[in-house]
Amino acid sequence: MATLQLNNIVKDFGGTQVIKGVDLEVKDREFVVFVGPSGCGKSTLMRMIAGLESTTSGEIAIDGERINEVGPADRGLAMVFQSYALYPHMSVEDNMGFSLRLAKVPKAERREKVLAAARILQLEPLLDRKPRALSGGQRQRVAIGRAIVRNPSIFLFDEPLSNLDAALRVQMRIELARLHEELDATMIYVTHDQIEAMTMADKIVVLQDGLVEQIGSPMALYHHPCNRFVAGFIGSPKMNFLDVEVREASNEGVNVALPGGDCRVPVDGSGVSAGDTLTLGIRPEHLKLDDEGPLTGKIVVIERLGGVTSLYLEHGDSEWILVADGDVAHRVHDQVRFSFDPTCGHLFKGDGEALNHLHRHPLVDIDRKQNRVSSASDDQ
Amino acid sequence: MIRPHFPTCFLQWGTPMRERTSGRTVGGFRNLFLQGPAVTLLLLWMLVPLGMTLWFSFQRYNLINPMISGFAGWDNYTYLLTDPALWTAMGNTLLLVGWVLAISVIGGTLLAVLFQQEFFGRGIARLLVIAPFFVMPTVGALVWKNMLMHPVNGVFAWLSNLLGLPVIDWFSSMPLTSIIIIVSWQWMPFALLILLTAIQSLDDDQVEAARMDGAGPLAIFWFITLPHLKRAISVVIMIEMIFLLTIFAEIFVTTSGGPGLASTNLAYFIYIRALLDFDVGGASAGGVIAIILANIVAIFLIRTVAKNLET
Repeated sequence: MATLQLNNIVKDFGGTQVIKGVDLEVKDREFVVFVGPSGCGKSTLMRMIAGLESTTSGEIAIDGERINEVGPADRGLAMVFQSYALYPHMSVEDNMGFSLRLAKVPKAERREKVLAAARILQLEPLLDRKPRALSGGQRQRVAIGRAIVRNPSIFLFDEPLSNLDAALRVQMRIELARLHEELDATMIYVTHDQIEAMTMADKIVVLQDGLVEQIGSPMALYHHPCNRFVAGFIGSPKMNFLDVEVREASNEGVNVALPGGDCRVPVDGSGVSAGDTLTLGIRPEHLKLDDEGPLTGKIVVIERLGGVTSLYLEHGDSEWILVADGDVAHRVHDQVRFSFDPTCGHLFKGDGEALNHLHRHPLVDIDRKQNRVSSASDDQ
Repeated sequence: MIRPHFPTCFLQWGTPMRERTSGRTVGGFRNLFLQGPAVTLLLLWMLVPLGMTLWFSFQRYNLINPMISGFAGWDNYTYLLTDPALWTAMGNTLLLVGWVLAISVIGGTLLAVLFQQEFFGRGIARLLVIAPFFVMPTVGALVWKNMLMHPVNGVFAWLSNLLGLPVIDWFSSMPLTSIIIIVSWQWMPFALLILLTAIQSLDDDQVEAARMDGAGPLAIFWFITLPHLKRAISVVIMIEMIFLLTIFAEIFVTTSGGPGLASTNLAYFIYIRALLDFDVGGASAGGVIAIILANIVAIFLIRTVAKNLET
């Protein structure tokens, strides 16, 4: 229903720049997730879009129209807060209909719209209750319902699931994705939880210190992080990093020295020369136990999750995390050897920037909707 | 662990002792011993004066003439209840309490919203606005009487002269109003203090959600702030009412209840009976009536407040 453009927007809090020039283009009906460590400015960015914070410089535009000076209520947005921010003295129905009441919508019409939203969220039996009498998940749904009633062009979600328990979070995640399809709305979602980001987003925006590090689809960020920060931030457990020396480099690949022999990573090595030091990055799930492997380490901690086992390894100064299957029988203090598929490796220059992979991963451009049975294909 | 059984068995005669699931006994001698002194002291503190007042109210007892004595029956009460002065005093009490409550609660709420805003020197301004509450009632009333409302030397008189308006002799032309102003000045800071702390606990997210919903400052005050303050306001009303029913010092220092009975409330009326007319019996009967009145008010208040605190 709406597009959003941010042009070089800056937020200055009394001399400290919190947002240092962000450009972003959100397409119609897109689900965009802002992620980043706490204090990276993701919430501030959302509050600026909402109009709750002023914009120091730059331009925010909805459907091409500048809205910097428009008040929060007139931007046609609705926001769901982390604390839900329900009005405690009003019933669920009054909470949801509050914006319509302020807009002087007649009572009958108001009730109709509230009921329509309540039906989508299965809130009908709760309409007379006060927020106090609701569970966390129900409050969450009321907060979303309050947003739906306003029929906004863009939904804003500020860490909406972080106050829920783990099981409910999974359920609400699926429900939100369903809602996105049902409402066909543009949604912007802030979270620090990368599982939420990876599962729901069409497009993830990784922020750090008020700057955009990378914008891309979840699979693009996972397989082709553009720098070391994104590589370390996306993926759990964290990516392993090791400083390595370049043996030979060309635009066909880079040979790097490892303790147990050289290895060739298929990245564009132009601009890199033999003798340079690069950082090799390998995800824990791409390391595998291998008695012939070029790398070795001593097990320090074992985390058994049943299905998978995380091994924390130590070798000299370097530390490794390795995700193996659940049947690993090793004990702490065991010395193990391990290897990896060099095509899964990443190389980063001294300034953190990644060397481009020669081959794009086939799933990078997958559409998020292809990951689930959509409501349209349900009918077939 | 096995608890020693002896003490509980020993205490089991008489009423059986209840036991909580935690194994702690409820009631019994041990608790009685611990609570006893405090309860006894409180009972004495309350019952002795109450009993004496009740006793005196049925006695002929005048300090001027010791010859008048003996049991009076209901005479003190009938004399008092047929005295129009009592009804004037009651009316004044109601007016005083009602107006001061209205002024201090409404003013306190508005001031609380004002002092919640960010402005330069807010800390000092808050301190100053709360200050009147810490001034002794007599001192405060004297300041108002001699420095503000005095028809010759007062600031108000000076202001009126400056504007060419007639000077108001506050305490003779509008005595009850003057006292209402003074008492409001003293109690508004109390309401402000309680309501300011209550307003600070208002969730910022709620205000922002209301802003997103299209609420302007007035709508936020009416739909968000005021409902949030409901509980605090009822507490302020209850506490203030208890103290306002017994206002005395301000009247004593300024108007002495006059002119006539124009600014006499129930407390001052009892004082007149007891220590100006020396009629201890009549004053005691007045005291008993005041106690009954206060309790009626208290029952209603506590009910409404309890209902408020529940929801």
